[in-house]
Amino acid sequence: MSARSTVTAAPIARLVEAFHRLPGIGPKSAQRLAYYILRAPPEETEALASALLEVKERVYLCRICQNVTDRDPCALCVGSDRDRALICVVEEPLDSLAVERAGSYAGLYHVLHGALSPMDGIGPEQIKIRELLDRVRDGDVREVILATNSNMEGDATASYVARVLRPFAVQVTRIARGLPAGADVEYADEVTLGRAMRNRLPLEAEPEPEGGAEVR
Amino acid sequence: MAAPRVYRTEAVVLRQRGLGEADKICVLFTPGLGRIEAVAKGVRRPRSRLAGHLEPLSRSSLLLARGRSLDIITQAQTLDAHAALREDIDRLSRGLYVAELVDRFTDAAPDATGLYRLLVETLERVEAAPGIDLAVRWFEMQLLADQGYQPHLERCVRCDAALTPDGNGFAAALGGVLCPDCAARSASRPLSARAFRLLRYLQREPFRNVARVRVETGLSRELEMHLREAVHVALDRDVKAAGFVDAVRALAGAGDGPGKG
Repeated sequence: MSARSTVTAAPIARLVEAFHRLPGIGPKSAQRLAYYILRAPPEETEALASALLEVKERVYLCRICQNVTDRDPCALCVGSDRDRALICVVEEPLDSLAVERAGSYAGLYHVLHGALSPMDGIGPEQIKIRELLDRVRDGDVREVILATNSNMEGDATASYVARVLRPFAVQVTRIARGLPAGADVEYADEVTLGRAMRNRLPLEAEPEPEGGAEVR
Repeated sequence: MAAPRVYRTEAVVLRQRGLGEADKICVLFTPGLGRIEAVAKGVRRPRSRLAGHLEPLSRSSLLLARGRSLDIITQAQTLDAHAALREDIDRLSRGLYVAELVDRFTDAAPDATGLYRLLVETLERVEAAPGIDLAVRWFEMQLLADQGYQPHLERCVRCDAALTPDGNGFAAALGGVLCPDCAARSASRPLSARAFRLLRYLQREPFRNVARVRVETGLSRELEMHLREAVHVALDRDVKAAGFVDAVRALAGAGDGPGKG
Protein backbone atom coordinates (compact mmCIF):
# COMPACT_ATOMS: atom_id res chain seq x y z
CA MET A 1 0.00 0.00 0.00
CA SER A 2 2.63 2.50 1.07
CA ALA A 3 4.81 1.51 -1.88
CA ARG A 4 1.96 2.31 -4.22
CA SER A 5 1.13 5.64 -2.60
CA THR A 6 4.67 6.85 -3.22
CA VAL A 7 4.29 6.14 -6.95
CA THR A 8 0.62 7.15 -7.25
CA ALA A 9 -0.61 10.67 -6.57
CA ALA A 10 -2.47 10.76 -3.26
CA PRO A 11 -5.93 11.66 -4.71
CA ILE A 12 -5.74 8.75 -7.13
CA ALA A 13 -4.63 6.41 -4.39
CA ARG A 14 -7.63 7.53 -2.33
CA LEU A 15 -10.00 6.87 -5.23
CA VAL A 16 -8.48 3.44 -5.86
CA GLU A 17 -8.91 2.69 -2.19
CA ALA A 18 -12.58 3.79 -2.31
CA PHE A 19 -13.36 1.63 -5.34
CA HIS A 20 -11.56 -1.29 -3.79
CA ARG A 21 -14.02 -1.22 -0.92
CA LEU A 22 -16.97 -1.85 -3.27
CA PRO A 23 -18.25 -5.42 -3.55
CA GLY A 24 -16.74 -7.40 -6.40
CA ILE A 25 -13.97 -4.89 -7.10
CA GLY A 26 -10.45 -6.22 -6.74
CA PRO A 27 -7.29 -4.10 -6.65
CA LYS A 28 -6.80 -4.23 -10.44
CA SER A 29 -10.38 -3.26 -11.26
CA ALA A 30 -10.17 -0.48 -8.70
CA GLN A 31 -7.10 0.93 -10.42
CA ARG A 32 -8.68 0.66 -13.85
CA LEU A 33 -11.81 2.49 -12.66
CA ALA A 34 -9.79 5.22 -10.97
CA TYR A 35 -7.71 5.88 -14.08
CA TYR A 36 -10.85 5.83 -16.21
CA ILE A 37 -12.35 8.53 -13.99
CA LEU A 38 -9.14 10.53 -14.26
CA ARG A 39 -9.42 10.64 -18.06
CA ALA A 40 -13.21 10.89 -18.29
CA PRO A 41 -14.83 14.23 -19.29
CA PRO A 42 -15.67 16.43 -16.28
CA GLU A 43 -19.46 16.19 -16.94
CA GLU A 44 -19.28 12.45 -16.55
CA THR A 45 -17.46 12.55 -13.23
CA GLU A 46 -19.77 15.28 -11.96
CA ALA A 47 -22.81 13.21 -12.90
CA LEU A 48 -21.31 10.23 -11.09
CA ALA A 49 -20.47 12.30 -8.02
CA SER A 50 -23.92 13.82 -7.78
CA ALA A 51 -25.56 10.43 -8.36
CA LEU A 52 -23.53 9.06 -5.47
CA LEU A 53 -24.56 11.90 -3.17
CA GLU A 54 -28.17 11.80 -4.28
CA VAL A 55 -28.56 8.13 -3.58
CA LYS A 56 -27.62 8.78 0.03
CA GLU A 57 -29.66 11.96 0.40
CA ARG A 58 -32.81 11.30 -1.58
CA VAL A 59 -33.46 7.61 -1.12
CA TYR A 60 -35.23 6.37 1.96
CA LEU A 61 -37.50 3.57 3.04
CA CYS A 62 -41.15 3.44 2.01
CA ARG A 63 -43.26 3.79 5.14
CA ILE A 64 -45.52 0.96 3.98
CA CYS A 65 -43.37 -1.73 2.39
CA GLN A 66 -39.96 -0.62 3.73
CA ASN A 67 -38.47 -0.90 0.25
CA VAL A 68 -35.95 1.73 -0.83
CA THR A 69 -37.66 4.57 -2.67
CA ASP A 70 -37.36 8.24 -3.58
CA ARG A 71 -41.08 8.79 -2.95
CA ASP A 72 -42.84 7.86 0.25
CA PRO A 73 -45.03 5.83 -0.03
CA CYS A 74 -43.37 4.19 -3.00
CA ALA A 75 -44.89 3.98 -6.47
CA LEU A 76 -45.70 0.30 -6.03
CA CYS A 77 -47.55 0.78 -2.77
CA VAL A 78 -49.78 3.54 -4.20
CA GLY A 79 -50.16 1.95 -7.65
CA SER A 80 -53.68 1.03 -8.70
CA ASP A 81 -52.70 -2.00 -10.76
CA ARG A 82 -51.52 -4.12 -7.82
CA ASP A 83 -53.50 -6.57 -5.72
CA ARG A 84 -53.37 -4.87 -2.33
CA ALA A 85 -54.51 -7.97 -0.46
CA LEU A 86 -51.30 -9.84 -1.25
CA ILE A 87 -48.00 -9.18 0.51
CA CYS A 88 -44.82 -10.88 -0.61
CA VAL A 89 -42.23 -10.82 2.18
CA VAL A 90 -38.60 -10.67 1.05
CA GLU A 91 -35.30 -10.25 2.86
CA GLU A 92 -33.68 -7.52 0.75
CA PRO A 93 -34.75 -4.83 -1.76
CA LEU A 94 -32.93 -6.76 -4.50
CA ASP A 95 -35.14 -9.77 -3.78
CA SER A 96 -38.26 -7.76 -4.63
CA LEU A 97 -36.64 -6.78 -7.94
CA ALA A 98 -35.98 -10.46 -8.65
CA VAL A 99 -39.60 -11.37 -7.96
CA GLU A 100 -40.72 -8.46 -10.15
CA ARG A 101 -38.50 -9.69 -12.98
CA ALA A 102 -40.13 -13.10 -12.78
CA GLY A 103 -43.32 -11.28 -13.75
CA SER A 104 -45.79 -13.63 -12.10
CA TYR A 105 -46.71 -11.58 -9.08
CA ALA A 106 -48.99 -8.57 -8.93
CA GLY A 107 -49.30 -7.91 -5.21
CA LEU A 108 -47.36 -5.69 -2.82
CA TYR A 109 -44.05 -6.35 -1.08
CA HIS A 110 -42.61 -6.14 2.36
CA VAL A 111 -38.86 -5.85 2.74
CA LEU A 112 -37.48 -7.14 6.05
CA HIS A 113 -33.95 -5.81 5.47
CA GLY A 114 -32.31 -8.97 6.70
CA ALA A 115 -33.08 -12.41 8.02
CA LEU A 116 -33.03 -13.84 11.50
CA SER A 117 -29.56 -15.03 12.36
CA PRO A 118 -29.73 -15.88 16.05
CA MET A 119 -26.05 -16.84 16.38
CA ASP A 120 -25.02 -13.46 14.97
CA GLY A 121 -27.37 -11.68 17.33
CA ILE A 122 -29.87 -10.70 14.63
CA GLY A 123 -33.22 -11.29 16.25
CA PRO A 124 -36.81 -10.31 15.42
CA GLU A 125 -36.23 -6.75 16.68
CA GLN A 126 -33.39 -6.13 14.25
CA ILE A 127 -35.47 -6.68 11.10
CA LYS A 128 -38.74 -5.15 9.97
CA ILE A 129 -41.16 -7.75 11.32
CA ARG A 130 -43.05 -5.31 13.52
CA GLU A 131 -43.84 -3.15 10.47
CA LEU A 132 -45.24 -6.20 8.68
CA LEU A 133 -47.38 -7.00 11.69
CA ASP A 134 -48.79 -3.45 11.64
CA ARG A 135 -49.67 -3.80 7.95
CA VAL A 136 -51.46 -7.09 8.49
CA ARG A 137 -53.26 -5.72 11.53
CA ASP A 138 -54.40 -2.54 9.82
CA GLY A 139 -55.07 -3.59 6.26
CA ASP A 140 -57.26 -5.99 4.32
CA VAL A 141 -54.57 -8.55 3.70
CA ARG A 142 -55.70 -11.90 2.34
CA GLU A 143 -52.39 -13.67 1.95
CA VAL A 144 -48.81 -13.20 3.08
CA ILE A 145 -46.31 -14.99 0.85
CA LEU A 146 -42.98 -15.69 2.51
CA ALA A 147 -40.25 -15.42 -0.13
CA THR A 148 -37.23 -15.47 2.14
CA ASN A 149 -34.12 -17.34 1.09
CA SER A 150 -34.09 -21.11 1.14
CA ASN A 151 -31.37 -21.40 3.76
CA MET A 152 -31.35 -21.74 7.51
CA GLU A 153 -31.76 -18.01 8.15
CA GLY A 154 -34.50 -17.69 5.54
CA ASP A 155 -36.35 -20.70 6.89
CA ALA A 156 -36.02 -19.46 10.46
CA THR A 157 -37.36 -16.06 9.40
CA ALA A 158 -40.27 -17.60 7.49
CA SER A 159 -41.36 -19.84 10.34
CA TYR A 160 -40.96 -17.04 12.85
CA VAL A 161 -43.10 -14.67 10.75
CA ALA A 162 -45.66 -17.44 10.22
CA ARG A 163 -45.83 -17.87 13.98
CA VAL A 164 -46.22 -14.12 14.54
CA LEU A 165 -49.07 -13.98 12.03
CA ARG A 166 -50.91 -16.97 13.42
CA PRO A 167 -53.45 -14.91 15.41
CA PHE A 168 -54.58 -13.06 12.28
CA ALA A 169 -57.13 -14.20 9.73
CA VAL A 170 -54.66 -14.24 6.90
CA GLN A 171 -53.32 -17.08 4.81
CA VAL A 172 -49.57 -17.49 5.19
CA THR A 173 -47.73 -19.32 2.42
CA ARG A 174 -44.11 -20.09 1.64
CA ILE A 175 -42.84 -19.99 -1.95
CA ALA A 176 -42.25 -23.49 -3.31
CA ARG A 177 -38.73 -24.81 -3.30
CA GLY A 178 -37.26 -27.20 -5.79
CA LEU A 179 -34.63 -27.51 -8.46
CA PRO A 180 -33.46 -24.24 -9.97
CA ALA A 181 -33.55 -24.02 -13.77
CA GLY A 182 -30.51 -25.74 -15.23
CA ALA A 183 -29.77 -27.84 -12.14
CA ASP A 184 -28.87 -31.52 -12.05
CA VAL A 185 -30.91 -33.92 -9.94
CA GLU A 186 -27.71 -35.76 -9.11
CA TYR A 187 -26.24 -32.83 -7.22
CA ALA A 188 -29.40 -31.67 -5.50
CA ASP A 189 -29.30 -31.85 -1.73
CA GLU A 190 -31.81 -34.05 0.05
CA VAL A 191 -33.83 -31.21 1.57
CA THR A 192 -34.45 -29.68 -1.84
CA LEU A 193 -35.19 -32.99 -3.52
CA GLY A 194 -37.45 -34.08 -0.69
CA ARG A 195 -39.48 -30.89 -0.92
CA ALA A 196 -39.49 -30.97 -4.71
CA MET A 197 -40.89 -34.48 -4.56
CA ARG A 198 -43.51 -33.65 -1.93
CA ASN A 199 -44.69 -30.53 -3.78
CA ARG A 200 -44.60 -32.05 -7.27
CA LEU A 201 -47.10 -30.83 -9.85
CA PRO A 202 -49.05 -32.63 -12.59
CA LEU A 203 -47.53 -31.94 -15.99
CA GLU A 204 -50.72 -31.53 -18.01
CA ALA A 205 -52.34 -28.65 -16.18
CA GLU A 206 -50.73 -25.26 -15.68
CA PRO A 207 -50.12 -24.96 -11.95
CA GLU A 208 -52.80 -22.92 -10.28
CA PRO A 209 -51.53 -19.80 -8.55
CA GLU A 210 -53.53 -20.73 -5.49
CA GLY A 211 -54.51 -24.03 -3.97
CA GLY A 212 -53.13 -26.16 -6.79
CA ALA A 213 -50.05 -27.36 -5.04
CA GLU A 214 -49.64 -28.29 -1.44
CA VAL A 215 -48.52 -25.13 0.27
CA ARG A 216 -46.13 -25.02 3.21
CA MET B 1 6.21 -37.65 3.63
CA ALA B 2 3.82 -34.72 3.96
CA ALA B 3 0.25 -35.09 5.20
CA PRO B 4 -2.13 -36.11 2.40
CA ARG B 5 -3.47 -33.19 0.41
CA VAL B 6 -7.09 -34.24 0.68
CA TYR B 7 -8.91 -35.91 3.53
CA ARG B 8 -12.40 -37.10 4.25
CA THR B 9 -14.36 -36.38 7.40
CA GLU B 10 -17.84 -36.33 8.73
CA ALA B 11 -18.89 -33.01 10.23
CA VAL B 12 -21.75 -31.05 11.70
CA VAL B 13 -21.95 -27.54 10.27
CA LEU B 14 -22.17 -25.21 13.26
CA ARG B 15 -22.42 -21.93 11.39
CA GLN B 16 -21.37 -20.07 8.28
CA ARG B 17 -20.17 -16.61 7.46
CA GLY B 18 -19.64 -14.89 4.15
CA LEU B 19 -16.22 -14.66 2.55
CA GLY B 20 -15.72 -12.35 -0.40
CA GLU B 21 -18.34 -12.36 -3.11
CA ALA B 22 -19.40 -15.97 -3.48
CA ASP B 23 -17.65 -18.02 -0.80
CA LYS B 24 -18.42 -18.88 2.77
CA ILE B 25 -16.41 -19.96 5.75
CA CYS B 26 -18.06 -22.94 7.42
CA VAL B 27 -17.42 -23.64 11.07
CA LEU B 28 -17.43 -27.42 11.35
CA PHE B 29 -17.36 -29.81 14.24
CA THR B 30 -15.66 -33.09 13.39
CA PRO B 31 -15.01 -36.27 15.38
CA GLY B 32 -11.30 -36.42 14.51
CA LEU B 33 -10.29 -32.75 14.44
CA GLY B 34 -12.71 -31.01 16.77
CA ARG B 35 -13.84 -27.56 15.69
CA ILE B 36 -12.33 -26.44 12.39
CA GLU B 37 -13.07 -23.72 9.87
CA ALA B 38 -13.06 -24.44 6.16
CA VAL B 39 -13.82 -22.50 3.01
CA ALA B 40 -16.74 -23.49 0.80
CA LYS B 41 -16.12 -21.91 -2.56
CA GLY B 42 -18.91 -20.53 -4.69
CA VAL B 43 -21.72 -21.56 -2.34
CA ARG B 44 -23.47 -18.23 -2.64
CA ARG B 45 -23.99 -18.76 -6.35
CA PRO B 46 -27.39 -20.20 -7.21
CA ARG B 47 -26.14 -23.33 -8.90
CA SER B 48 -23.59 -24.32 -6.29
CA ARG B 49 -23.40 -28.07 -5.87
CA LEU B 50 -22.13 -27.68 -2.34
CA ALA B 51 -24.48 -25.11 -0.85
CA GLY B 52 -27.39 -27.38 0.02
CA HIS B 53 -25.11 -29.84 1.76
CA LEU B 54 -23.52 -27.29 4.08
CA GLU B 55 -26.47 -25.63 5.75
CA PRO B 56 -26.01 -24.96 9.46
CA LEU B 57 -26.96 -27.89 11.72
CA SER B 58 -26.73 -30.44 8.93
CA ARG B 59 -24.43 -33.45 9.25
CA SER B 60 -22.45 -34.14 6.12
CA SER B 61 -19.68 -36.25 4.75
CA LEU B 62 -17.00 -33.93 3.41
CA LEU B 63 -13.91 -34.09 1.29
CA LEU B 64 -11.45 -31.33 2.17
CA ALA B 65 -8.27 -30.17 0.52
CA ARG B 66 -5.53 -28.67 2.64
CA GLY B 67 -5.19 -24.97 2.00
CA ARG B 68 -2.54 -22.52 3.08
CA SER B 69 -4.49 -21.15 6.01
CA LEU B 70 -7.96 -22.68 5.83
CA ASP B 71 -8.82 -26.01 4.25
CA ILE B 72 -11.20 -26.03 1.31
CA ILE B 73 -14.35 -28.12 1.10
CA THR B 74 -14.29 -29.80 -2.30
CA GLN B 75 -17.18 -32.26 -1.97
CA ALA B 76 -20.12 -32.55 0.38
CA GLN B 77 -22.84 -35.10 0.82
CA THR B 78 -25.61 -34.66 3.37
CA LEU B 79 -25.98 -37.46 5.88
CA ASP B 80 -28.70 -35.84 7.93
CA ALA B 81 -30.16 -32.48 6.94
CA HIS B 82 -32.45 -32.31 10.00
CA ALA B 83 -35.26 -31.17 7.74
CA ALA B 84 -37.88 -31.48 10.47
CA LEU B 85 -35.73 -29.41 12.80
CA ARG B 86 -35.45 -26.64 10.25
CA GLU B 87 -39.17 -26.46 9.69
CA ASP B 88 -40.14 -26.10 13.33
CA ILE B 89 -39.16 -22.79 14.89
CA ASP B 90 -39.23 -24.16 18.46
CA ARG B 91 -36.84 -26.97 17.59
CA LEU B 92 -34.72 -24.81 15.28
CA SER B 93 -34.12 -22.18 17.98
CA ARG B 94 -32.88 -24.88 20.38
CA GLY B 95 -30.76 -26.49 17.65
CA LEU B 96 -29.05 -23.17 16.98
CA TYR B 97 -28.45 -22.69 20.69
CA VAL B 98 -26.78 -26.12 20.89
CA ALA B 99 -24.63 -25.35 17.83
CA GLU B 100 -23.60 -21.98 19.25
CA LEU B 101 -22.51 -23.59 22.52
CA VAL B 102 -20.32 -26.11 20.72
CA ASP B 103 -18.94 -23.31 18.54
CA ARG B 104 -18.06 -21.16 21.57
CA PHE B 105 -16.74 -23.85 23.87
CA THR B 106 -14.63 -25.95 21.57
CA ASP B 107 -11.47 -25.63 19.56
CA ALA B 108 -9.44 -27.81 17.25
CA ALA B 109 -8.75 -31.10 19.06
CA PRO B 110 -7.12 -34.35 18.01
CA ASP B 111 -9.96 -36.50 19.34
CA ALA B 112 -13.43 -35.12 19.82
CA THR B 113 -15.36 -38.31 19.24
CA GLY B 114 -17.24 -38.13 22.54
CA LEU B 115 -18.31 -34.53 22.09
CA TYR B 116 -19.17 -35.16 18.45
CA ARG B 117 -21.49 -37.97 19.45
CA LEU B 118 -23.06 -35.75 22.10
CA LEU B 119 -23.68 -33.04 19.49
CA VAL B 120 -25.13 -35.42 16.90
CA GLU B 121 -27.38 -37.16 19.40
CA THR B 122 -28.54 -33.86 20.89
CA LEU B 123 -29.48 -32.49 17.48
CA GLU B 124 -31.41 -35.69 16.76
CA ARG B 125 -33.25 -35.34 20.07
CA VAL B 126 -33.95 -31.65 19.51
CA GLU B 127 -35.36 -32.60 16.11
CA ALA B 128 -37.59 -35.45 17.24
CA ALA B 129 -37.79 -35.91 21.02
CA PRO B 130 -40.94 -34.83 22.87
CA GLY B 131 -39.01 -32.95 25.59
CA ILE B 132 -36.77 -30.59 23.61
CA ASP B 133 -35.74 -28.39 26.51
CA LEU B 134 -34.80 -31.33 28.71
CA ALA B 135 -32.57 -32.64 25.93
CA VAL B 136 -30.86 -29.23 25.81
CA ARG B 137 -30.43 -29.13 29.59
CA TRP B 138 -28.81 -32.58 29.59
CA PHE B 139 -26.56 -31.45 26.76
CA GLU B 140 -25.50 -28.33 28.68
CA MET B 141 -24.65 -30.43 31.73
CA GLN B 142 -22.58 -32.91 29.69
CA LEU B 143 -20.84 -30.14 27.75
CA LEU B 144 -19.94 -28.27 30.95
CA ALA B 145 -18.50 -31.48 32.41
CA ASP B 146 -16.58 -32.25 29.21
CA GLN B 147 -15.05 -28.77 29.21
CA GLY B 148 -14.06 -28.89 32.86
CA TYR B 149 -16.87 -26.73 34.23
CA GLN B 150 -18.97 -29.43 35.87
CA PRO B 151 -21.09 -27.77 38.58
CA HIS B 152 -20.44 -29.10 42.09
CA LEU B 153 -23.67 -30.49 43.43
CA GLU B 154 -22.61 -32.67 46.34
CA ARG B 155 -21.10 -30.30 48.90
CA CYS B 156 -21.39 -26.55 49.49
CA VAL B 157 -18.83 -24.82 47.27
CA ARG B 158 -17.98 -22.39 50.08
CA CYS B 159 -17.96 -24.24 53.40
CA ASP B 160 -17.81 -27.82 52.07
CA ALA B 161 -20.78 -28.86 54.21
CA ALA B 162 -22.82 -31.80 52.94
CA LEU B 163 -25.92 -30.44 51.18
CA THR B 164 -29.49 -31.14 52.23
CA PRO B 165 -32.36 -30.82 49.70
CA ASP B 166 -33.91 -27.53 50.84
CA GLY B 167 -32.96 -23.89 51.03
CA ASN B 168 -29.82 -24.03 48.89
CA GLY B 169 -28.65 -21.48 46.37
CA PHE B 170 -27.06 -21.91 42.94
CA ALA B 171 -23.95 -19.77 42.51
CA ALA B 172 -22.68 -20.22 39.00
CA ALA B 173 -19.73 -17.90 39.63
CA LEU B 174 -18.54 -20.16 42.45
CA GLY B 175 -19.10 -23.28 40.36
CA GLY B 176 -21.96 -24.94 42.13
CA VAL B 177 -24.40 -25.06 45.01
CA LEU B 178 -24.28 -23.15 48.29
CA CYS B 179 -25.75 -24.45 51.56
CA PRO B 180 -28.57 -22.33 53.08
CA ASP B 181 -26.15 -20.53 55.45
CA CYS B 182 -23.64 -19.61 52.76
CA ALA B 183 -26.41 -18.80 50.26
CA ALA B 184 -27.75 -16.21 52.68
CA ARG B 185 -24.35 -14.54 52.81
CA SER B 186 -23.28 -14.48 49.15
CA ALA B 187 -24.71 -13.82 45.71
CA SER B 188 -26.71 -16.80 44.50
CA ARG B 189 -30.06 -17.72 43.06
CA PRO B 190 -32.53 -19.71 45.13
CA LEU B 191 -32.44 -23.38 44.12
CA SER B 192 -35.66 -25.29 44.66
CA ALA B 193 -35.42 -28.81 46.07
CA ARG B 194 -36.85 -30.28 42.87
CA ALA B 195 -34.48 -28.36 40.61
CA PHE B 196 -31.57 -29.42 42.82
CA ARG B 197 -32.59 -33.07 42.55
CA LEU B 198 -33.03 -32.79 38.80
CA LEU B 199 -29.64 -31.07 38.34
CA ARG B 200 -27.99 -34.01 40.12
CA TYR B 201 -30.01 -36.43 38.04
CA LEU B 202 -28.98 -34.67 34.80
CA GLN B 203 -25.38 -34.88 35.89
CA ARG B 204 -25.19 -38.60 36.57
CA GLU B 205 -27.89 -40.33 34.50
CA PRO B 206 -27.79 -41.21 30.80
CA PHE B 207 -30.32 -39.38 28.65
CA ARG B 208 -32.62 -42.38 28.21
CA ASN B 209 -33.36 -42.18 31.96
CA VAL B 210 -33.58 -38.38 32.00
CA ALA B 211 -36.05 -38.48 29.10
CA ARG B 212 -38.54 -40.32 31.27
CA VAL B 213 -38.76 -37.49 33.82
CA ARG B 214 -41.81 -35.27 33.57
CA VAL B 215 -40.82 -31.64 34.08
CA GLU B 216 -43.47 -28.94 34.30
CA THR B 217 -42.90 -25.47 32.91
CA GLY B 218 -41.85 -23.64 36.07
CA LEU B 219 -39.21 -26.21 36.94
CA SER B 220 -38.01 -26.30 33.33
CA ARG B 221 -37.50 -22.49 33.41
CA GLU B 222 -35.64 -22.69 36.70
CA LEU B 223 -33.28 -25.36 35.39
CA GLU B 224 -32.72 -23.34 32.24
CA MET B 225 -31.89 -20.23 34.26
CA HIS B 226 -29.30 -22.05 36.42
CA LEU B 227 -27.61 -23.87 33.54
CA ARG B 228 -27.60 -20.81 31.31
CA GLU B 229 -25.86 -18.93 34.07
CA ALA B 230 -23.32 -21.72 34.47
CA VAL B 231 -22.69 -21.57 30.72
CA HIS B 232 -22.42 -17.80 30.86
CA VAL B 233 -19.82 -17.96 33.62
CA ALA B 234 -17.83 -20.66 31.80
CA LEU B 235 -17.82 -18.75 28.50
CA ASP B 236 -17.65 -15.30 30.05
CA ARG B 237 -20.07 -14.10 27.40
CA ASP B 238 -23.70 -14.32 26.40
CA VAL B 239 -24.98 -17.01 24.10
CA LYS B 240 -26.78 -15.05 21.39
CA ALA B 241 -29.14 -17.82 20.35
CA ALA B 242 -30.53 -17.90 23.91
CA GLY B 243 -32.31 -14.62 23.17
CA PHE B 244 -33.89 -16.22 20.14
CA VAL B 245 -35.09 -19.20 22.18
CA ASP B 246 -36.78 -16.69 24.51
CA ALA B 247 -38.31 -14.74 21.60
CA VAL B 248 -39.74 -17.91 20.07
CA ARG B 249 -41.05 -19.03 23.43
CA ALA B 250 -42.73 -15.67 24.00
CA LEU B 251 -44.58 -16.16 20.70
CA ALA B 252 -45.72 -19.65 21.55
CA GLY B 253 -47.91 -18.00 24.17
CA ALA B 254 -50.38 -20.53 25.53
CA GLY B 255 -47.96 -23.40 25.08
CA ASP B 256 -49.23 -24.53 21.71
CA GLY B 257 -45.78 -25.47 20.46
CA PRO B 258 -44.60 -29.05 20.69
CA GLY B 259 -43.59 -30.54 24.06
CA LYS B 260 -41.63 -28.02 26.04
CA GLY B 261 -39.49 -30.38 28.12
